[in-house]
Order: sequence, then C-alpha cells, then structure tokens
Amino acid sequence: MHFARVLGPLVATAKIPSLRGYRLSWIEPTDARGRPLGGPLVAVDTRQYGPGEWVYFVTSREASLPLRDPFCAVDAAIVGKVDHVDLEDGISTSGAPGAAARTR
Amino acid sequence: MILARVTGSLTSADKDLELVGYKLLVVQPLGLDDAADGEELIAVDRVDAGVGDKVLVVKEGNAARQITGRDRVPLQAVVVGVVDHVDWLAGEER
Repeated sequence: MHFARVLGPLVATAKIPSLRGYRLSWIEPTDARGRPLGGPLVAVDTRQYGPGEWVYFVTSREASLPLRDPFCAVDAAIVGKVDHVDLEDGISTSGAPGAAARTR
Repeated sequence: MILARVTGSLTSADKDLELVGYKLLVVQPLGLDDAADGEELIAVDRVDAGVGDKVLVVKEGNAARQITGRDRVPLQAVVVGVVDHVDWLAGEER
C-alpha cells in the first residue's frame, strides 16, 4: 500500500456498470512524511474521504477486492485513512497539512 | 520478495474492514549496500518486526491473501521475516 493525499472527488456520469455507485477520487501519492510525489491518479473510494485527507491505497488486482464485484475494472482503491506515522527519527507525522480543495 | 528496512509504523483507525487487526509498518525497500531503493511502502507485519529491523517483504497480493487467510483482503505487501544477515559477493568479487 502507498500513501496519498486526496485532491478531490471526480464525477463521471457515463461509466461501466460495475463502477456505478462508487465514489471516485483524484489522489496524489506522497511519501511517509506526507510530501507529494506527483503522478496523480484516480482511485475508487469506498469510505468517503474528503479533499485534503491523508490516506493509503492499493493498486492492481487488489484494488477490486473492497468492491462488490471482485473482478471490477479498477486499478486503485483507497483502503484507509492515516491518523499518524511514527518514524524512526522520532518524527510523528499527522495528516495535518491538508491540501486545499481545488477544482479543475 | 525484497529486502527492506522498517522505518516507522502507521496508525489508522478508519480502514477497510478486511484490514482491521493488522499492524501496519512503513518499510523502505533496499538496494545493494543497504541503500534506499524506491519509495517507502506500507506493509502488514506478521513477524513482530520493529523499527530499524531489516526485513523480508513479499510484494504480491495472492501471497498476502494466503498468509492472512482472508481471501478479500486488499493488501499487497507483507513482512514475512526478520533478516539476521545476508552473505553476498561484495564489491570486486561480484
């Protein structure tokens, strides 16, 4: 699993049947300290996280496992929210520095 | 499987129900000479590894499902061993 910041929800009215009913979010991967890494992607969010929240996600085959249809056509899914990360150098990072919601 | 070093632990109260009950670690994949190689990732711990340990990480979802016994666990990386030492050909021997 990888860290990411939720940038915001994504709306797609026309989509394949197995994706209907799921919330899609645009997310940007971060490192373990919450620093953005670039390379944003779209992930299914079964847990209703909002813009700015620090989450973690799975990719590839495992992304469809939280969904009703385990053979659904998705390749990324948010599976949890980061409360904090305790790192070996004593730094404890919370999801605090939330990126403001943006609309593009 | 890859070698990695445990660099931290992750606290997460709100997560997919299939992930409830597992300790989550932040691990840094290692290259030659124990140099960091690639981005840190989140792995479930099955061997009671601690911060600073060099560990063996399996990065495959099917293996993760077998190890946890949960066939719908959305998980791709599991810490499956703590490495005592690695004997290898260093430097010019290679």
